[in-house]
Amino acid sequence: MSYPTTWSPPTFFGNRFVRYAVLLAVIGYFVFSYLTLDADWQRILKGIPRAMDIFERMFPPDFSRWKLLARGVLESVQMAFAASFFGMIIAIPVGLCAAGNLVPKPLYYAGRFFLGVSRTFHEIIIAIFFVKIFGFGPLAGVLTLIVASFSFIGKMLAEDIENMRPGKLEAIKATGASFPKLLLYAVQPHILPRYIGVSIYRLDANIRHSTVVGIVGAGGIGQTLAASFSRYDYGFSFAILATIVSLVFLGEFFSNWIRGRLR
Amino acid sequence: MFTIEGLSKKYPGGVTALAKIDLQIDGPQVVMIIGSSGAGKSTMIRCINRLIEPTTGSIKLGDIEITTLGKRGLRKVRRRIGMIFQEYNLVDRLTVMENVLSGRLGYVSFWQAYRRKYPPQDIAAAYELLDRVGLTESCDVRADNLSGGQRQRVGIARALMQRPDLLLVDEPTASLDPKTSRQIMRLVVELAKERGTPAIVNIHDVALARTFADRVVGLADGRVAFDGTAAEVTDQVLTDIYGEEDWSTTIKRGDDNDADDDDDNDETFSSKTNRESSAA
Amino acid sequence: MTENTLHHDYPQIWKRYTPMETLKRYLGYAAIVFIAVWSVSNLEIPWFYFLDAHVQAADLLERMVPPHWPFWRKIVDPLIETLHIATLGTVFTVFIAFPIAILSARNTTFNRTTWFIGRLILVTSRSVNTVVWGLLFVAIFGPGPVAGIFSVAARSIGFVGKLIAEAIEEIDHGAVEAIEATGASGLKVLLIGVLPQVMPVIMGTIIYRWDINIRESTVLGFVGAGGIGIVLYSSINLFAWHEVSVILLSIFGVVIVSEYLSIKVRSKIT
Repeated sequence: MSYPTTWSPPTFFGNRFVRYAVLLAVIGYFVFSYLTLDADWQRILKGIPRAMDIFERMFPPDFSRWKLLARGVLESVQMAFAASFFGMIIAIPVGLCAAGNLVPKPLYYAGRFFLGVSRTFHEIIIAIFFVKIFGFGPLAGVLTLIVASFSFIGKMLAEDIENMRPGKLEAIKATGASFPKLLLYAVQPHILPRYIGVSIYRLDANIRHSTVVGIVGAGGIGQTLAASFSRYDYGFSFAILATIVSLVFLGEFFSNWIRGRLR
Repeated sequence: MFTIEGLSKKYPGGVTALAKIDLQIDGPQVVMIIGSSGAGKSTMIRCINRLIEPTTGSIKLGDIEITTLGKRGLRKVRRRIGMIFQEYNLVDRLTVMENVLSGRLGYVSFWQAYRRKYPPQDIAAAYELLDRVGLTESCDVRADNLSGGQRQRVGIARALMQRPDLLLVDEPTASLDPKTSRQIMRLVVELAKERGTPAIVNIHDVALARTFADRVVGLADGRVAFDGTAAEVTDQVLTDIYGEEDWSTTIKRGDDNDADDDDDNDETFSSKTNRESSAA
Repeated sequence: MTENTLHHDYPQIWKRYTPMETLKRYLGYAAIVFIAVWSVSNLEIPWFYFLDAHVQAADLLERMVPPHWPFWRKIVDPLIETLHIATLGTVFTVFIAFPIAILSARNTTFNRTTWFIGRLILVTSRSVNTVVWGLLFVAIFGPGPVAGIFSVAARSIGFVGKLIAEAIEEIDHGAVEAIEATGASGLKVLLIGVLPQVMPVIMGTIIYRWDINIRESTVLGFVGAGGIGIVLYSSINLFAWHEVSVILLSIFGVVIVSEYLSIKVRSKIT
C-alpha cells in the first residue's frame, strides 16, 4: 500500500492566498516606509563612530557633581511618593465611576471618558500644560504624575470591579445595605489586594516617569539629565542614567517583595 | 544487544534511587519493569537515554557506551532510542502530523525542520504509522484537541518514526482508563514485535504486565528483585517487590482478561490488524 | 420578643484585629501619612496659582477652541512618520527581544551568567523611558526618525522580552523533554518544543507594545526624534493654541484607532 510522500503544515491564515497577501502587504509596507521616511542611511553609518565616541566619553561615569545628582534623585523620589499617594486616593472615585456594574449609566460613561482622555495623551503633553499653568518645577511634575497614576490605578480598579462575580454584590444588596456599606463589604475586600499591589507597582513606575516630565521642566532628575545632554556632559549623563536604572531596579525588587508578602 | 551493568543513581541529598542495576537484552524482547512507586523504574529508564545522569555504571547499546558520550554523540544515540511518555508529552499547539514528524528531528537539518520540509520517505512512513495506530483522519488536528488514548497513539507513532533500535516506554497507560490501557499496551507490544525492536516498558499494572510481557523484571528499593518470564511471577514474587498484600483479590488471572478483548468492537484500529487477527 | 436563652456564655465582643495587630496597622497608617507629608514638603507650592488655575485653564481652552482645521495639511506627514517610528521600532524589537528572552528564562538559558546578563539587559531597557532613550539616540544619530526608531526599540525590548521570558518559563517541560529524547539539537528543541508553545504570548505582547509605542512616538519629537511631537512642540512654543488642538485631536484619533485594532487582533489570537 503506498502512502503520500508530500505534506505541508496548516497555515495560520486559513488558506495560502491570504498568507501571500499578508506577506505582500508586509513587504509593501517596508518599501513604503523606506521611501517616505526621512531617514538618511548615511547618517546612520556616520552615527556609529559618533556612538563609539559618545560611549567612550560616558565611561567612566562622572559622579563629581553627586550633590546635584542627589538633589535631583531626592526630588524624583518625593515626586513619586506624592503622586502615588494622591493618585491612589483619586483613583478610588474615578475607578468606581468607571465600573459598569456599580454606578448608573451616565456616570459610567463620564467616568470611562475621563479615564480614556487622561490615558490617551502621553504624560509629557500633560506635563507641558501643567508647566504652563503652574510654572516650572516639581509641582507641575507631581500633578502630571498624579494624573498618570490615578488613570492607571483607576483603570485597573474599574476592570477589577467589573470582573467581580455578580453574586458578591447581590448578596450584600440583598441585606438591604446602602451604597456606601455595599462598597465597604462587597467591593473593598475583593479589590483591596490588587489595588495595593498595583499602587506599589505604580510607585516604582513613577520614579521612572518622573525622569520624563523633567525634560520639559517639571522637576526631578529628568531635568538634570536633559541639561547634561544639552551640555554634552556625557560622563555625568551616564552617571545619572546608571543611578536611575539602579533606583528603578531596587524599587522593582522592593515592590515585588512587598507584593509577595501581601499574598 | 543492550546491556546495563552496575547502574547507580544517588541524589545529592543522599537518596539512592538506583543501586547496582544489571540488565541484559539480546534480541527483540518486550521487557516489562514492575515495582512500587519510588522503586526506581522511572529513574532507570531515564538514565538509559541520559535524561537523568547516572552516577556510576555502564549502559551499552551495541558497542556504544552511552554514559561517556559527549553532547553530539549523545544526540546520535538518542535518535536510535525511541521514548514514549506517561504524560504523552506532545507539543500541544502543533498538529498530530507535526508531532509525529518531530520524531525525525534527530535526522533532519535545522532548516528542514524550520520549513517543515521532511524527506519523502519520512512523510510516507508518517502516514503509514498514522494508519497503523488508527489516526489517519486526525492528521491535521491539534494535539490538545485529542483524547488521552489518541494522544498516546501519537506518542507511539512519534517514537517509532525514529526507526529505533530500542524502545523506552515509561508507564504509557498510567493516565488512561482500563480499556484504553489494554488497547495501548497491545499496540505497543504488537508494533515492537512487528519491527523486531526490543522494548523496555515501565508498568505499574501487574496484570497487564503478565498479559503482554515476554520477560518481567521487578525493581524494589533500586535493585533488581526479580528477572524471569511472566509465568514465573508468583504471589511470593509480588510480595517481595511490593510488600504484603492479598494478591488474589487485587490481580485477576491473566486468562480472564483476554475474554474481554474479543468483545471489543474496535473500529479505531486499521483494517490491517483486523484482517490479521481474523485470519489467525 | 424571643428571649436570649443561652446555655453558655458567649462573648459579646468581637474584634477583627488583636491589639498588637491594631497597633501595627496604626503605625503603618502614620508612616504613610508621614511619607506623604514629607514628599510634598519640598514642593514650593505657589498657592495663588491654584486660585488662579481655573481661570488660566478656561483661558487656555478658549484659545484652543475652535481648532484651526486647515492646519491638518501640516500634520499628515508627521503623523505618518510617527506611525513608521512606532511600527518599525516594534518590528526591530521582536528580533532582539526573542533571543534575549531565551537567555533570561531559567529553563532555556546556558548558565547563571548568561541568565544574569539577559536579565540585566531587560532591566536596563525597562528602567529608562522611551523619551529618555530619545535623548541618548538623538545625541548619537542626530535629530530625526532614526533616533526615534532606536528609542522605541530600546524601551520595548525590556517590556516584550520580560513577558516572553516569563512565558518560556511556564511552558510544559514534558514536551521539551520528549523532543530532546529524539536526539534533536538545542536549536531544534527551541524551534519545535518551545516556540509553538509561546507563540500566542509573543504575538499578543508585540501587538500590545505596538499600541503603547504609538502613544510614545507621538512625543518623541520633543527631544527631536521625529514624528508629530516636533510640530506639537513648536506650536506650543509659539502659543499657537488653535493649532495645538488640531494636533491633540489627531493624536487622540490615532491612539483610539490603534487601541481598537490592538484589542481586535489580540482577541483573535487567544
